[in-house]
Formats: sequence, C-alpha cells, structure tokens
Amino acid sequence: MERYFDEAIETASREEILEIQNRGLRDVVKRVWDNVPYYRKKMEAKGVTPEDIKGREDLHKLPFLTKDDLREAYPYGLMARPVKDCVRIQSTSGTTGRRVVAFYTQNDLDMWERCCARALTAAGCTPDDVVQVSYGYGLFTGGAGLHGGSHKVGSLTLPMSSGNTDRQIQFMTDLGATIICCTPSYAAYLAESIHERGVRDQIRLKAGIFGAEAWTEEMRQSIQERLGIKAYDIYGLTEISGPGVSFECSCQNGMHINEDNFIAETIDPKTGEPVPYGEKGELVFTSFTKEAFPLIRYRTKDICILTEEKCECGRTFIRMTKPLGRSDDMLIVKGVNVFPSQIETVLMNQGYPANYEIVVTRENNSDAIEVKVEMTQEMFSDSISEVAGREKKLVAALKAMLGIYCKVRLVAPKSIVRSEGKAKRVIDKRNLYKG
Amino acid sequence: MSVKQISIFLVNQPGSLAALTKLLQQNEIDLRAMSLAESEDFGIVRIIVDDVYNCNQVLKDNNYVCSITKVVAVEIEDKPGALVNVLTLLGDNGVNLEYSYAFLAKKAGSAFLILRVPDVKAAEKIMMENGIRPITQDDLSGLFD
Repeated sequence: MERYFDEAIETASREEILEIQNRGLRDVVKRVWDNVPYYRKKMEAKGVTPEDIKGREDLHKLPFLTKDDLREAYPYGLMARPVKDCVRIQSTSGTTGRRVVAFYTQNDLDMWERCCARALTAAGCTPDDVVQVSYGYGLFTGGAGLHGGSHKVGSLTLPMSSGNTDRQIQFMTDLGATIICCTPSYAAYLAESIHERGVRDQIRLKAGIFGAEAWTEEMRQSIQERLGIKAYDIYGLTEISGPGVSFECSCQNGMHINEDNFIAETIDPKTGEPVPYGEKGELVFTSFTKEAFPLIRYRTKDICILTEEKCECGRTFIRMTKPLGRSDDMLIVKGVNVFPSQIETVLMNQGYPANYEIVVTRENNSDAIEVKVEMTQEMFSDSISEVAGREKKLVAALKAMLGIYCKVRLVAPKSIVRSEGKAKRVIDKRNLYKG
Repeated sequence: MSVKQISIFLVNQPGSLAALTKLLQQNEIDLRAMSLAESEDFGIVRIIVDDVYNCNQVLKDNNYVCSITKVVAVEIEDKPGALVNVLTLLGDNGVNLEYSYAFLAKKAGSAFLILRVPDVKAAEKIMMENGIRPITQDDLSGLFD
C-alpha cells in the first residue's frame, strides 16, 4: 500500500492545488516587489506590476531569472527577508563559475525538509528505518536536505556525509542501514566496493534515494540488482531549495513535483515561450512559499517533459521526467548534439562500468570525441583480438547512438577519478566559449 | 599437466611496463617467460611464474586487471628445425595456434615453447602420443636450478 507523508496535500484535487498556486503566486510577486529591488527593476522593465498577476495564467507575463542574475545579485541582492530572519545558507558547488548562495528562514527549512520527508516516505521509509545519508554535508544541499527529511519522518539518521567508503560500509553493516541516500555514481561505487569486500550478505538495504547528478535507467537497473534494493530518483536544486523539489514514488515513472511549494513550467529554451505538457522543454520553477529566497520563473537549464497524467500511486502532483539533458551540458560535436547520458546508456548496455570520461578536442578545425572506459575483469581476456573486438563493438554501438564516430580508449581500472560528490564526466578541450 | 599463464592489461603509455616489473621486483617475483602483445591503446603482457596464486594476488591488490589461462609448455631441441616438428604435428591434427612464445632455461641444448591453443587437453594428448612430454607447472622451477 502506498504511504504518504502529507496525504491530504499529496492527494489533493487539481483544483485545490491550482488554488494554492494562484494564491501563492500573487503573494510571492507582492513580496518580491516590496522587498527585492533587483527583481522589481526586472518587472518594471517588462512593464508588469503585482496587480497584473492574478494567478498561474498570468505567469508568462513575469520576467525570468537565470543563474547569471543570481551571480550578479550575489550575495544578498535577491534576499526577500532581513538577515535577522534567516537561519541558514546553502551553496552550489560553483563548478560552472561563481558560487550561488541561497538563504533560508526556519520556515523555509521546515518546508524543504518536509519535501524530503515526502520523498523518503514514497521510498517506503518509516520511523522503523535506519537512514544512511551519504551525500556531502556542509554547503551542499544533499546532506542537509535528506538529513532533515529523515528527522521529519522520525527515522534513525546516520549523518555519514560522503567519502570514506570503508567506514560507510562498516556503519551500513553494523547498524543495519535500510535506506541509503547518495549520488548515483557513489551508489554504483559502493555496490562495487561491497562486492569486492564480499559483504553483500550483510547488507540490509531495501531502498536508495539517488540524485544530484544525471543517471540512466540502465544505471538504476544495475544498482538495484547489485544492492538488491529499489532505487528512487530525487530532483532538486539549491536555488529552489535543494533535493526534494520533486521525487519518485513506487511507480518509478517520473518525479512528482511538490506543487504546494513550487510552480513548474516548461519553456522553449530559445524563445522563452511556454511549451505544453508532454513536450520537451526547459524546466522553470517559481518557489512561491519561500520566505528568504523566493525565485520567480527561475530557469534551471534542465530539459525535461512534464505530465499531468494520473499516477497509480494516488499522488496528484504533476510529474517530470528525469532531466533528458542540460541546455548547457549538451555537447555539440561535429555539429551533432551529444548528451553524456547517451554515452552512458551505451556503456551500460555493453556491460562496461558507469565510470567514464568524455574528452572532446579540436585538431585542424575538426572535432574529435573520445570516451575513456575502465577495463574490468569481466571484459578482459588474454587475447588481443577478443579485447579489441569488444572495443570495436562498443565503437559501433556509440556510432549507432550518436551518429558520429567516437573513439574508445580502454584505461586501467580505477584510473578515472571516483566521485564522491558530483562527477566530472566531460572534459571539453576546445575552449570554444573563451575569449 | 599444463602451465598457467597470467595475462595482464596495460595501458599503452611510457612507463607502464616498467611500473609492472617494479611491482614484481618488490614482491620478489621471478619471471620465467614473458611476451608482450600490443594494440593501438593497450597492451597485454603474458607471463609465466612459479607461484601463480601469489603473483595473481599481488597484481589484483595493486588494481591490475589480469586473467589466468592454461597453456601448453614443451621442451624442444635448441637446433634448426626443432620447431617445425611440433607445429607440423599440431597443424596435421587440426589444432589452431592462437599465439606462442619461447624461452630458455639453464638446460643446455634445450629451448622451451609456450603454446596457446583452444583445447589444452587435446593438444597435450596429441603430443604425448607422439613422444613429446609437456611440462607441468611443478616442472618449471626445476628448469632454472
């Protein structure tokens, strides 16, 4: 039987949810107009005032916010409450430029943690569970979010943070952890380490909540099989709150957006025009209940599809697919769009480990793409022709998927840096965007 | 009967074979025979050692990918034409040779041959029937005394 953390709201009628969103939108627009000069200026430039916004149908009249705005307004420029009302900051990893800092009041933290508690409950978590939180703690939202969510559920919480795999496995076996929360690449690494140590039979895990980076359905199957668990996806971003903006239910068929706090839209990334449900578009969020750091029409750069089709789990929140790519992560190689997730799918299908690195170079004005893949015991043989034959098969499969030739380079095991936070999978040496 | 060969995956870059041999040196592992096969970006080193289990463990502990394969080892006379007899015998009996390499031991007048064939037992049977006795793993260290 499906369990809910906030049953009344998670299964509310669409009318009820839309009413919450209409009310919330009017309220947040008024608040930023009064308290955030940066956003007020943007509204004025577009000729919009709070009176123009009656509800969701007026959303398209409002200006977008992008990461560039957040950087420009750094650090305090988008705060809607004075410092005395705020109790916490969290920050993005800053891998793509200047850091982004988000602020939280106590109410904001409670809201965020409830969202995570809903995700945990949807994954079967109860107060009887032992939840191992192996996301990084500190500025990164992963650890704090799931930690708070686990407390809200009332589960025994193991604040492990990331790294120190020996200690992770020891606590997991000694304390009998039943739920693990970490990045999918770390989950894959943990599974590998557990098998290496021969302690698979001492693991009590039943579910895992994996997010903060892109992963594929094949990777999910592999983690589920190797750890004997059900693997749930979770989505979020620091700018909006952190993990738990949306989460998977037992149907594992898209992530339910916590719509009593966030309005989701998809837009055409080129024109900014809204696209209908069921079609691919860039995901845009309005975090209308946030007190300290509400964002209106924040462009995530994640490409996904929204659906309002009824879900068998009983939740009425609309669902989003996992990001199908990022408008800024997408590589254009020889004029062809390449998403790292496509390459990962091929690797998993061909039996290679999910640890890989994509290197894009440009020589004599021609692009070249190379995938470094770690050699494994299973893929190895004493015969050159056998190993080279497998390599050829992989090259052919990549060509079929991407439409362009992609060189494969087999590298020594464990020579690609293991991520215990976010994976850096793409190295673009072309420097196309500099200077 | 047969001898166990360890094959090791190496990245094709300067120093990788040196690093492997350094590891073997540190663990006092003596190579009886070695052969190197290469492709564009990787190589496979095949080695024969006395203590296969120990060597394999050392390699695994140091994150090398390796595999153990049974191969046929035979002693031949160290003189022109000796190889012809063995190879003709295998050929006449329909045994396909995947690869082969030779090594010398202390025994004067003898050379030793490693033969990688799909069916080790069948190949060894053919040799025995024709008066060639394959060398076993236990024979190995004796060749170097």
